[in-house]
Amino acid sequence: MFVNLKRKDKMLRELPLYLMLLPAVVLVSIYSYGSMAGVVIAFQKFVPAKGMFGQQQWVGLQNFTTLFSMPNIWPVIQNTVIIALGKLIGGVIVPVVFALLLNEVRNILTKRIFQTLVYLPHFLSWIILSGILLNILSPSEGLVNILLSKLGIEPIFFLGNPDVFPATMVMTDIWKNFGFASVIYLASLTSIDPALYEASVIDGANRWRQTWHITLPGISAIVVLMTVLGLANILNGGFDQIYNMYSPVVYSTGDILDTLVFRLGIEQAQYSLSTAAGLFKSGVSMIFIVVSYYLADKLTGYRVF
Amino acid sequence: MSIKDSIPRKIFLVSNIVFLLIVALACIAPFINLLAVSFSDKTAVAAGEVTFFPVGFTTISYEFITNTSKFFVSLLVSITRVSIGVPINLLLIILTAYPLSKLKTEFRARSIFSWFFVVTILFNAGLIPTYMVVRNTGLIDSIWALVLPGALPIFSMLVVMNYMRSLPKELLEAAYIDGASHVQTLFRVVLPVSTATIATVTLFSFVDHWNSWFDGMIYMNNIQNYPLQTYLQTVVVNPEEFLRNNTDLSGNLSKYLSMVSARTTGAAQMFLAMIPILCIYPFLQKYFTTGLVIGSVKE
Repeated sequence: MFVNLKRKDKMLRELPLYLMLLPAVVLVSIYSYGSMAGVVIAFQKFVPAKGMFGQQQWVGLQNFTTLFSMPNIWPVIQNTVIIALGKLIGGVIVPVVFALLLNEVRNILTKRIFQTLVYLPHFLSWIILSGILLNILSPSEGLVNILLSKLGIEPIFFLGNPDVFPATMVMTDIWKNFGFASVIYLASLTSIDPALYEASVIDGANRWRQTWHITLPGISAIVVLMTVLGLANILNGGFDQIYNMYSPVVYSTGDILDTLVFRLGIEQAQYSLSTAAGLFKSGVSMIFIVVSYYLADKLTGYRVF
Repeated sequence: MSIKDSIPRKIFLVSNIVFLLIVALACIAPFINLLAVSFSDKTAVAAGEVTFFPVGFTTISYEFITNTSKFFVSLLVSITRVSIGVPINLLLIILTAYPLSKLKTEFRARSIFSWFFVVTILFNAGLIPTYMVVRNTGLIDSIWALVLPGALPIFSMLVVMNYMRSLPKELLEAAYIDGASHVQTLFRVVLPVSTATIATVTLFSFVDHWNSWFDGMIYMNNIQNYPLQTYLQTVVVNPEEFLRNNTDLSGNLSKYLSMVSARTTGAAQMFLAMIPILCIYPFLQKYFTTGLVIGSVKE
């Protein structure tokens, strides 16, 4: 409809669109692109007093050599990937199972009540949740261990035992998010054509066969999509959660890239080393994000943008 | 289904409900426990007697908090943050989503701008560079440090943009033929039919601002400038110190020391910080789900 407009008219017609974009472009240029330019700190011996883009001494890849010769760098990367993978896998399976079970409940009101209760933790910050978890997971007076002792189970040091800590992080993350994640699976469950079930009943299929042959294929696309999108977070162990619940006792299995970047940068003021670690994380993450978006498009036709 | 349930099916349905009840309880029990602890006597709490009901009911922990200024100072910072941050987020989301929702023939630079914004979700500059930019723009210890760096939430913008793209073309053509400018089209035609999506991103934005704590911790040097969650973080990480600090500073509070504990005052403060989320919870349920589905499961 605009094809017949003259070039100048077209410019005039587009001008307001440019003006609308202006404030966001300015702010994003400063805070996002400005910061991106700041990754040069990773290649310098950065002294804050000289200013961000001041006369800093260039050291090439020296910070990266230092980073990768740190004794804990590989364990940290391993911890990050293990915790993130655990969250990714559990974070898909648990909500899917929950959605399937909830879908069997026929009473709409009961269904709604269950849903309402389970997604409360999703909207609360890790500060509040950590505060609560530190208390209820405590080995001596925590609610969970009191319950376990009634069942005759020895107290578990959820947050103090390096062997248990990563599992605790994965489970508490699933606890926070499964209810909300199940919403999306429930939505796709309800969109399955009821005629399919009716036809299968006539063919003599029982409940299990219906689930296996109709329900699961019906939601497989969205399960694949959520898994693939989750790949983008493979180096995100969950800073907010871990920072507020870990302690030096569990660094061997619980320290992740983000907490390392934080301790190097803010607590030890090793700006260049911290930036190098952050840049390493962002670089690898970018590959995963691009691959995950590509796969999401290829496998399910979903486009993020 | 009208067919009568078989016995195994009945057993399944009942055990399913029981199982779901246990799951639901596991999700809210910690919060009920928190509430009970905040209203309980400190000795009962220390003895592990409090589960879901207050033991030795008392409001002393809340009294203690109302007498310490820090909680309310940071509450005020959070309220300021939300009332500046959310409108700015919304304005930028709308102003950005509209031009990007246009067809390429209507807005030739669309792709360039789309990429400009999308690159920022692909690559994260990291902690120190971001901190340095905030410091260089003079925002340390300013409320704007909590608002400007994330002024345009990209994902919310994409949700709104996708919604605007899905609007019927006839609607926009009619507006154009009637001689409406882009600004008029946006505010008189597009926004009135986008209220559900806008409500969704408003809630996203509110929850985000209310729950953020990390930016407060690194950009604020003065504790007076801490938003509520950042302040709470210090309480959660070091509860005993919070109690000591507050009772040392002003002598009139030391009388509480025998009556409250770190557990009870911590619980009271955490519960108070949950209240705004609980208040918008019904709306969250209504809009988050529709918005989420609109934003992610496109046909």
